[in-house]
Amino acid sequence: MREITYSEAVREAMEQEMRKNDDVFILGEDIGVYGGAFGVTRGMIEEFGPERVRNTPISESGISGAAVGSALTGMRPIVELQFSDFITIAMDQMVNQAAKMRYMYGGKATVPMVLRTPSGSGTGAAAQHSQSLEAWVAHVPGLKVVQPSTAYDAKGLLKAAMDDDNPVVFYEHKVLYKTKSDVPEDQYSIPLGEADIKREGTDVTIVATAVMVHRALEAAEELEKEGISVEVVDPRTIVPLDEETIVQSVSKTGRVVVVHEAVKRGGVGGEIASMIAESDAFDYLDAPIQRLGALPVPVPYNPDLEKASVPQVPDIVQSVKKTLNKA
Amino acid sequence: MELNNVKLVPDVGKDKLVDLYKQMWTIRFFEEKVDEFFAKGEIHGTTHLCVGQEASASGACAVIQEQDKITSTHRGHGHCIAKGADVNKMMAELFGRTTGYCKGKGGSMHIADVEKGNLGANGIVGGGIPLAVGSALTAHMKKQDYVTMCFFGDGASNEGSFHEALNLASIWNLPIVFICENNQYGMSGPVKDMVNVKDISERAQSYGFPGVKVDGNDIVEMMNTTHEAVENARSGNGPTLIEAKTYRWKGHSKSDAKKYRTREEEKEWKDKDPIKRFAGVLIEAGIFTEEESKSLRSEAKQAVEDSVDFAKEGPMPAHEDLLNDVYA
Repeated sequence: MREITYSEAVREAMEQEMRKNDDVFILGEDIGVYGGAFGVTRGMIEEFGPERVRNTPISESGISGAAVGSALTGMRPIVELQFSDFITIAMDQMVNQAAKMRYMYGGKATVPMVLRTPSGSGTGAAAQHSQSLEAWVAHVPGLKVVQPSTAYDAKGLLKAAMDDDNPVVFYEHKVLYKTKSDVPEDQYSIPLGEADIKREGTDVTIVATAVMVHRALEAAEELEKEGISVEVVDPRTIVPLDEETIVQSVSKTGRVVVVHEAVKRGGVGGEIASMIAESDAFDYLDAPIQRLGALPVPVPYNPDLEKASVPQVPDIVQSVKKTLNKA
Repeated sequence: MELNNVKLVPDVGKDKLVDLYKQMWTIRFFEEKVDEFFAKGEIHGTTHLCVGQEASASGACAVIQEQDKITSTHRGHGHCIAKGADVNKMMAELFGRTTGYCKGKGGSMHIADVEKGNLGANGIVGGGIPLAVGSALTAHMKKQDYVTMCFFGDGASNEGSFHEALNLASIWNLPIVFICENNQYGMSGPVKDMVNVKDISERAQSYGFPGVKVDGNDIVEMMNTTHEAVENARSGNGPTLIEAKTYRWKGHSKSDAKKYRTREEEKEWKDKDPIKRFAGVLIEAGIFTEEESKSLRSEAKQAVEDSVDFAKEGPMPAHEDLLNDVYA
């Protein structure tokens, strides 16, 4: 199989779907000849033209709303939001309109749209361009929330998101755009709501999302050298959440660390930890559940501080050891 | 057609004028009935009534076709009726019954009939404007013939979504008509204190398309202006912003002491009652007699009375249905 980058995988998923389905189009800022802020849509306007690769003014409320309205009337739009921080400006359209329309209208509306957006720190873009705000949208019934961690997952999950008849917020991680993995050339779909066990293990489970999947895998490598066997579970979608896979893994290992890049306070990790505590896995727990997330600060600019504000590999190693009383 | 020396441009026919007159009464009686049931505590939640604004809803919707679409506002019952909604299902919705438009899950601020082109009322001021642009974008991209008519109020014209949406509609030359019903107040905020241009219609100039102000209590003027805007939109000439100057007779919502305006001002506007004015025009033009106008009024009243019976007979939603329709 050939290897492609995460960014190429996202683009390929869109291109293949757009070749098949005229109702699918993309709109967003600088997605035309510029190719998008992170180059994800590079070359697409040349193939599909400016009607279907619709370069927009800087109007996040307007473009997200136009996407909702076009989805309601028969299109299947993809919005590219340049940075996930800008969802603040699109929030009314996503939360008050897209998410609720079907329910408010008694089931007589569908809003098949995907809002794709890069999130996360690690690029030195500082406080307004580095946040991980997935908990905000995960909190809202009516939205689905996806966080792929690999190129393979990105392509398959985006296909599922585009096929879904609900509004889906699709978080791409900036520092993963250039990472590569084996990706089939043909279209394939990864169902929303199926976690993936990225590494099997027996002593401790790490539930990690997005870029933290890779840090968890690194931590697992290190811990293996000390004879600690770590299982890494990547939920891949926050809503719907594959509770079963997480519960099974924790029931097997009896120890769990939940790690994400978002601020720990109010983060999705709290939800996952509570879900575990409420489940049958509680009886199997041999140690308190550990949660790792960013410190409660705006993401700082200085590279050293930026790194220190979010969990790194040593933090994960330490947390795993804590569950084993070896810290 | 000539109506008392005023030319009615759209060729709607005599029967349609009679229907429109009855429709305006239906809107008014519907609102008054809702007001009555809120006062009695038989309908819960809140509601925003459009008594006094019947001409803008009925006049605008009179010149569009069934395939055309509208987006509406929190003060949306009039638009809904004017777009052809069944008052039985509307009233049932307000009573929270499964026979309502939204199976009792939406209520006053969320009545929609997507199949029939009513993309929904909206509880967020200005929230429906980008949605309307999206609907117009679908028409443009799928080369469909429909026009989208977007209703909002004077208050919404101060929301960012208004400005973003009008700009998008303009640069994409979309088939859309923006109708700002300026009823003089955003809740308690007088438009004269909240907007520093004389007419909200002037705001269209910033986006490069025509803005027109009309007497929103004159249904004939409303039809003429909207007709031209709809024709322009349908023939590919892009958007128009119409500002309909009108007045809401009732308070903002059910609990409003109306301290921000005078009873004298209210009386001045009540003297400009859009329904009475239209009756005068139609009688003068020989479309119907005063007697006939009274019987149309009674028919409208009866339809609203019947809607209450229909609503009360409808079943309440079951708790088992609570989680249905969150996701498709």
